[in-house]
Amino acid sequence: MRSLLNRHAALLAFVAGLLAWELACRGLAVPVYVLPAPSAIAMAAAELGAARWFEHTLATLEVALLGYAVAIAIALPLAVGITRSDLLSRTVMPWLVVIQSTPIVAIAPIIVVTLGAGLAPRVVITTLIAFFPLVISSAAGMAAAPPELIELSRSLRAPRLREYTQIRLPYAVPYIFSALKVAITLAVVGAVVAEFVAAERGLGYLILFATSSFKVPVAFAALAILVGCSLGLYGAIAWLHRRLFPWSLVAPT
Amino acid sequence: MTAAAALAPPVIELAGVGQVFAASDGSPVVALQGVDLALRRHEFVSLIGPSGCGKSTLLRLVAGLLKPTSGTVSVFGVPVTEPRDEIGFAFQKPTLLPWLDVLGNVTFPMKHKHGRVDARDTARATELLHTVGLQDFARKRPAELSGGMQQRVAIARALLHDPDILLMDEPFSALDALTRDEMSFELLRIWNLRPKTVVFVTHSIPEALLLSDRVVVMSARPGRVDEIIDVPLPRPRSMATLSDPVFTRLANDIRLKVFSRHPG
Repeated sequence: MRSLLNRHAALLAFVAGLLAWELACRGLAVPVYVLPAPSAIAMAAAELGAARWFEHTLATLEVALLGYAVAIAIALPLAVGITRSDLLSRTVMPWLVVIQSTPIVAIAPIIVVTLGAGLAPRVVITTLIAFFPLVISSAAGMAAAPPELIELSRSLRAPRLREYTQIRLPYAVPYIFSALKVAITLAVVGAVVAEFVAAERGLGYLILFATSSFKVPVAFAALAILVGCSLGLYGAIAWLHRRLFPWSLVAPT
Repeated sequence: MTAAAALAPPVIELAGVGQVFAASDGSPVVALQGVDLALRRHEFVSLIGPSGCGKSTLLRLVAGLLKPTSGTVSVFGVPVTEPRDEIGFAFQKPTLLPWLDVLGNVTFPMKHKHGRVDARDTARATELLHTVGLQDFARKRPAELSGGMQQRVAIARALLHDPDILLMDEPFSALDALTRDEMSFELLRIWNLRPKTVVFVTHSIPEALLLSDRVVVMSARPGRVDEIIDVPLPRPRSMATLSDPVFTRLANDIRLKVFSRHPG
């Protein structure tokens, strides 16, 4: 019994939390627009119907994953450039820091005005939020390759490209994957921010729409699905890492 | 030495070599000054001296990874302008690639240089793994090996293209004392099997004496050659060499030389 408790401690704590939430809402008679009980959220979710949820979730995932893919496509070559050229590093890094220091939420409406109302502005906003940690971590990873191996590469007079494909990039794998994990959750945040600003579907849009008509339980249900999406995507990246690069999980010696 | 060998040009020759680096604040740092040194074919020479005496810089000059600020470095009578194929390099740390198995690490230089590994390279790598006693570990990852085993893999990697010259930058300094002694004998054994011209950088006087034909004592700031000491100990050398009176006397001599210049 004790070992069973121990093994499922996290799950039990989660269920206990939900239960406490439910009892508090009922016992204190909290109005549903202030804090809906878990049961009320579940009911509101069921009422909306699986098809609608599917549509909204898919819309958000589309933006998040597209933005994520674009972020990766920009970040990795940029990181290679930064490690390779001191000049590029000195000229591009300040721009990256400026972009990172700009609250993307604040420029989101401007991006929508510039790019119109389609998918493009949503993807751009997501990319802007997700790509910074990718660039920084990948560049740090590539710079972390042991100098001896770079000397070995030079002493062999190997093509410069292979210094990257066979030494620096593999060395950066653990760094790149930690950044990929951070960036995927940021991509979901980015998609929601984009949907707040300009969208007619998606979970972000649904939260905005539901709260404006005081359907707070629906907003909570959307939030729960967002959390689920983030966790699922994070888990998928972690799984890919373990699956594709098991050697990078042990500390290099 | 036969008359012919005496007349042959030195395998490695440094003439009036100086190396000046810019420190981080831009001021010049003299790493090496007026270094003259010549190595005969299949000679084993150790460089010993305090930190900052330019031992590692000297190795990198011979490897063609650095260009001397003054003087010339020649290998087989030709001035070194870029890295050459005749040279193998073993570093202080094994620096193996964690994503490749042992065999993959030994053949890595070929894969890196030519983009592929042919059957001959693999056969040679397998043979080298036998030489260093790791034939049963070909499919293991570096993380599964001890530090001494990793360094053996690194040495096998440096020997893959059968270089005439082997440059070793404190290859055993990261190992514990017991493994270190074991590796010294291991290196002597390999060197007997496949004679090469070796430049071996070390901080250990006994290690230098046990391995070398000559020991080059260097001093720091600026890095210079203080003295070149012949080691007339008979080969093949063994555990017994360590208690040879000549060994003890030379060790004391060198210790006095190093310490008299760098008291305390």
